[in-house]
Amino acid sequence: MMHIVKNKAFNIPTIRVQFPALQQYIHGKPLIYLDNAATTQKPQQVLDALLSHYQFTNANVHRGIHTLGDRATSALEATRKSVQNLIHAAHTEEIIFTAGTTASINLVANSYGQAFLQRGDEILISHMEHHANIVPWQMLCQRTGAHLKVIPITDTGELLLEGWEQLFTPQTKIVAIAYASNNLGTVNPIKELIAKAHQQGAVVVIDAAQAIAHLPIDVQALDCDFLAFSAHKAYGPTGVGILYGKSELLERMPPYQGGGEMIREVTLDQVIYNQLPYKFEAGTPNIAGIIAFQEAINFIQALGYEAIQQHEQQLLDYAHSQLSRLPGIQLIGTAPHKIGIVSLAIPGKHHLDIGMLLDAQGIAVRTGHGCAQPLMQRLNLEGIVRASFAVYNTLEEVEQFMLTIQKLSQRK
Amino acid sequence: MKYPSPSTIETRQDEIIQAFKLLEDDREAMLHYIMELGEQMPPLANEHKTEANLIKGCMSAVWLKPCQQGDRLFFEADSNTAITKGLISLLIRILSGETAQAILQSNLYFIQGIGMHQLIGSQRTGGLASMLQQIKLIAAQQIKNA
Repeated sequence: MMHIVKNKAFNIPTIRVQFPALQQYIHGKPLIYLDNAATTQKPQQVLDALLSHYQFTNANVHRGIHTLGDRATSALEATRKSVQNLIHAAHTEEIIFTAGTTASINLVANSYGQAFLQRGDEILISHMEHHANIVPWQMLCQRTGAHLKVIPITDTGELLLEGWEQLFTPQTKIVAIAYASNNLGTVNPIKELIAKAHQQGAVVVIDAAQAIAHLPIDVQALDCDFLAFSAHKAYGPTGVGILYGKSELLERMPPYQGGGEMIREVTLDQVIYNQLPYKFEAGTPNIAGIIAFQEAINFIQALGYEAIQQHEQQLLDYAHSQLSRLPGIQLIGTAPHKIGIVSLAIPGKHHLDIGMLLDAQGIAVRTGHGCAQPLMQRLNLEGIVRASFAVYNTLEEVEQFMLTIQKLSQRK
Repeated sequence: MKYPSPSTIETRQDEIIQAFKLLEDDREAMLHYIMELGEQMPPLANEHKTEANLIKGCMSAVWLKPCQQGDRLFFEADSNTAITKGLISLLIRILSGETAQAILQSNLYFIQGIGMHQLIGSQRTGGLASMLQQIKLIAAQQIKNA
């Protein structure tokens, strides 16, 4: 039995009991949920808020004068305040509700990109990006004649910063980069990148989908121009995303989608758009989801990012130290600064087979290209097995995962 | 012309159902058994791992190569994943060497009989259905060309 030192600052049983989904058995075995980078499970307080909205405050927002409408609007706007507080935005109207990280990035590409980019301009991304932070920019390049440039990565899964400054040119207009990689776990030096991009007059879009549940974010300290994330990767409901944008940029940008809510006045001849943030929130939003997201933020803030980081770092260190000793295991992504993501490959064994055999043990992991095919091409891999940790995971679960991987790697 | 009795296909299916029953719902053992069946199947030569032989609708790559001998259809197959290779080996074990007519008329009740859907999940059951559909498509094509 391996020696396990528990993190005393974190009372895992008290946390786990708040997650109904974690109380179940899969194929007769207790569920070990290690696919948190795909989506996290939801605590009871989020589930209660969802149900309670539909039971007692269900009404459309920003429209009716009636009491239910007012309650729903107040609750939705309270979440906007909570998000502002969570990421330290200067103004509430800098928080735009979207359907998810993908929708947020597409909003920037379609609105800011379409309005301000032209032929010959350059968009800089990295080789480790999720498809959601690649394809919208490729589509923008196709429409505008701009070019996509890529910051290479090292074999350990870090941005190759040697010579990276040459990638910035006066034509660089947008830099779009992940705060943390969804497959490698690498936490990128985004503050340096943002400073460099600003020297060249480029705006920076941060994909914070993998960061939001694990790292404290201060958009003013980072000085990022846009930042995108999803509620569902941070213990909140699916179908809710956030786009943070500096108000001076959002003011200059044209609306992305037209419809109700985003207008102030419409005649059949002309339209006057609504003010921020509503200019970018056409149509009825995911009201229940947004309201319930506030409870997810409360959950994170009650634990505190410092304790969360300490706990997840312990899981990561334990997994890395044990897995690196196993012969026949290829660890993917070994940067010194990571969030709790452990990716691996077992040469000679297909990731789908490994995923299925782990599932037979009740262990849920991600298998495949992890929505980052260019990264897999760079690493010369067809796919990976990814275990990603959250606040409710235990050292015992990580150990069970490793023992199963060890057993599978030893099978002929 | 002598047609094989449909019971041959049924007998082979019954044998497979019996073999899985011995594993007493041990999910891991069942998956390992499927993989072992795949390992027993000779690998397909690389020259036959072509786009034309690739089955559409599977999560992993599966190649199926038909071969006609007299009125019988024989199949060889391979996959880049061990479980998928095992799955197609089951279909080949049951259907290879039969006439096109028998293949077309076959009812593969073993899939339900061993609880395949619960065992491999909906995505891979869909893949298995694609493999079976391809085998039946080849059989139908052979009848049409005859």
